[in-house]
Amino acid sequence: MVVKKTTEGSTAAAEAVCACDPDVVACYPITPSSHVAEHLADLYAEGKLRDYIPVEQEFSSLSAIIGASAAGGRAFTATSSQGLALMHEPVFAAAGMRLPVVMVIGNRSLSAPLSIWNDWQDSISARDSGWIQLYCEQNQEVVDTVPQAFKIAEETMIPVMVCMDGFFLTHAVEPLEIPEKNEVNQFLPKLEMKEKLDASNPISMGEYALPTHYQDFRKDLFDDMMKSADVIKRVAAEYAKIVGREYGDGWLEQYKCEDAEHVLISMGSVVGNIKEAIDKLREKGEKYGVIRIKMYRPFPKEAMRKALEGKKTAGVFEKAIDMGAAGPVYEDVAESLLDAENAPKLSSFIGGMAGRDIKFEDIESMFAKIKDGNKHVEWL
Amino acid sequence: MLLPNAKPGTSKENKTGAWRTFVPEVDNEKCIKCGKCQMFCPEGCIRGLEAQKMEDKTPPKINLDYCKGCGICAAECPVKAIAMKQEEK
Amino acid sequence: MIEMKNGDYLFAQGHTACAGCGMAITVRHVLEAAGEDTIVVNATGCLEIVSSAYPKSAWEVPYIHCLFENAASVATGVVHSLRAQGNDHTKVIVLGGDGSSYDIGFGALSGMLERNEDVLYICYDNEAYMNTGNQRSGATPFGAWTTTSPVGEAHKGKEQWKKPLIDIVAAHDIPYAATSSIAYPMDVQAKVKKALSKKGSKVLIVYAPCVPGWGIASDKTIEVARLVVETGLWKMLEIEHGKRKVTMKPSQFKPVSEYIATQRRRFKHLTPEMTEHIQKLVDKSWEKEEKLAECFKE
Repeated sequence: MVVKKTTEGSTAAAEAVCACDPDVVACYPITPSSHVAEHLADLYAEGKLRDYIPVEQEFSSLSAIIGASAAGGRAFTATSSQGLALMHEPVFAAAGMRLPVVMVIGNRSLSAPLSIWNDWQDSISARDSGWIQLYCEQNQEVVDTVPQAFKIAEETMIPVMVCMDGFFLTHAVEPLEIPEKNEVNQFLPKLEMKEKLDASNPISMGEYALPTHYQDFRKDLFDDMMKSADVIKRVAAEYAKIVGREYGDGWLEQYKCEDAEHVLISMGSVVGNIKEAIDKLREKGEKYGVIRIKMYRPFPKEAMRKALEGKKTAGVFEKAIDMGAAGPVYEDVAESLLDAENAPKLSSFIGGMAGRDIKFEDIESMFAKIKDGNKHVEWL
Repeated sequence: MLLPNAKPGTSKENKTGAWRTFVPEVDNEKCIKCGKCQMFCPEGCIRGLEAQKMEDKTPPKINLDYCKGCGICAAECPVKAIAMKQEEK
Repeated sequence: MIEMKNGDYLFAQGHTACAGCGMAITVRHVLEAAGEDTIVVNATGCLEIVSSAYPKSAWEVPYIHCLFENAASVATGVVHSLRAQGNDHTKVIVLGGDGSSYDIGFGALSGMLERNEDVLYICYDNEAYMNTGNQRSGATPFGAWTTTSPVGEAHKGKEQWKKPLIDIVAAHDIPYAATSSIAYPMDVQAKVKKALSKKGSKVLIVYAPCVPGWGIASDKTIEVARLVVETGLWKMLEIEHGKRKVTMKPSQFKPVSEYIATQRRRFKHLTPEMTEHIQKLVDKSWEKEEKLAECFKE
């Protein structure tokens, strides 16, 4: 049974998690994802969630679910910003130990200066860690992505981050279709770990590796991450069949790109603004489109190159910065265009940090800039 | 998929007896089978004193594949039944 | 009854702990007391390094190592996962050194105790970050030389007293908190067994000498672990929901100078004044212990 509720993105995400019947949820609250932690606590109090551990710091929330997963349980946590930064150690450990945990990130800026508002610096600065990262444009997509995240994680044994923009999505209230447990059960089988902590079959997990061995683990994780892209696409198609909603092909969503000459490339909720702007500007005769990256890690290089083939110009708009180098999403897109024939001129726009407003005029200006055929590197 | 995991007890392939320079020698006559040597051995490589009944106990049998020659068994033996001798190879 | 698997201890031979390592003796006895139905969660440190070098393991029970400061949190997750899956019998034991317990993992430990998680947390205390080459920890005793509290013209060893972890732990009002010394392995076993008979958080700190770190001969481990109790520098305690009891006390304390003399590497620079200072504080501590005993008299 699907239930329609008018609710916040955070609470909807929590409901979706509950529908996946996790064994252990451990949370530490942090703005703007606190409501995920709080609603999960509500669900636990109502007896709908089996377990809830209110830990004393984010290092402990991820560590607890590492332990829970290692012991064979389906485990979840949510965080943002400083919390994810504090978790930086166990983020790498979870991926290296190949534990299928899922984490919702309420994307928020990173101190200093302190900011509670939205950008992608938190999850993007964890992009080296070996977690699959999926970015959502709308709250319905978050609700639809959470069950997929568990399935992807449990098939690939790679942990998954589901990213939703802080405040823009976490706090936006709208009617959403929320799946119930029995519905998700059909899609998401019971977790069976190949190796787990079990006194009847003891193994040692999380060993230390000498120089002779360590690199092989890294390469193995990298190779498996690249292969996971196919699982992500397949699972997206499977779930789209069940709910009747799809978001591109699970990797990229292309909006009005078929005849577009100039495209922006971006992620998350701002793409909604870009789509609206495109509709307005097309009325004036402009041939604009937008490519939304949903699967950011692993990065769909080949698909991106194909999507940009034949486009005159393109511009990446992102709410993050690889300090001392360039926009991180720009770096990934540029890499996918290396050696490409007929690659469009690629511009880079950094903006929207810490919730700075992106207006129609900003989007119009970006399109106008890239349209002139020059390469632009600008901060909005 | 490579996992940083290992099977139980596989450390036994590592024969740490190669470390030692002093080897324990037990005087079975002196031994009163108190079990302190087995109790204190950091390697857990002493056997014979684990039985419940005194008549089932034997003087310590030290597994020289693993004994690192620390000398704790000799130091703690109440009747000095164990002596640490320079090992000759 | 000695818990063995196919005639072997649950902490297998072939581990690479130093000859005479107090920690190795401790771990073998902990597992003897706990038995096979146990999951060990181990913080980074000597124990993890000597027992779990890929692809081998000295552990005959399920074992997990994650990071340095999160053993208490990982154990929390493990026990919750087991119970959520219907397993209410497997015991979860944390093994961590003083580094992970007194210092970097202190917050996580306190959080675990505040939630009263059903975990037995055991700290093998060798009084410094030994695995990484003997840097000082909160557990390093006053005056001790370590590589980060060295002895020079201006400063002579650690200038702070040892963190009273057992008191801090007990202040969380957990069902069981205790201290022991590896000189008394049967006491360690008895305390482990008693702890495991209780639900909720249990903590046991075991004093475990370090041969190279302290500068003792490899056969002196047990002697030093006995002396620390005989001189009153280490208390053998049991604290159950705040009710405090001394479980072993010599009828006559030996002077602390006897203990100090056994560890040339750590203490050879101690002046008579410093030794006197230590003796005074130890004496005061036992006076306080007498007063506390009055509070808990039956």
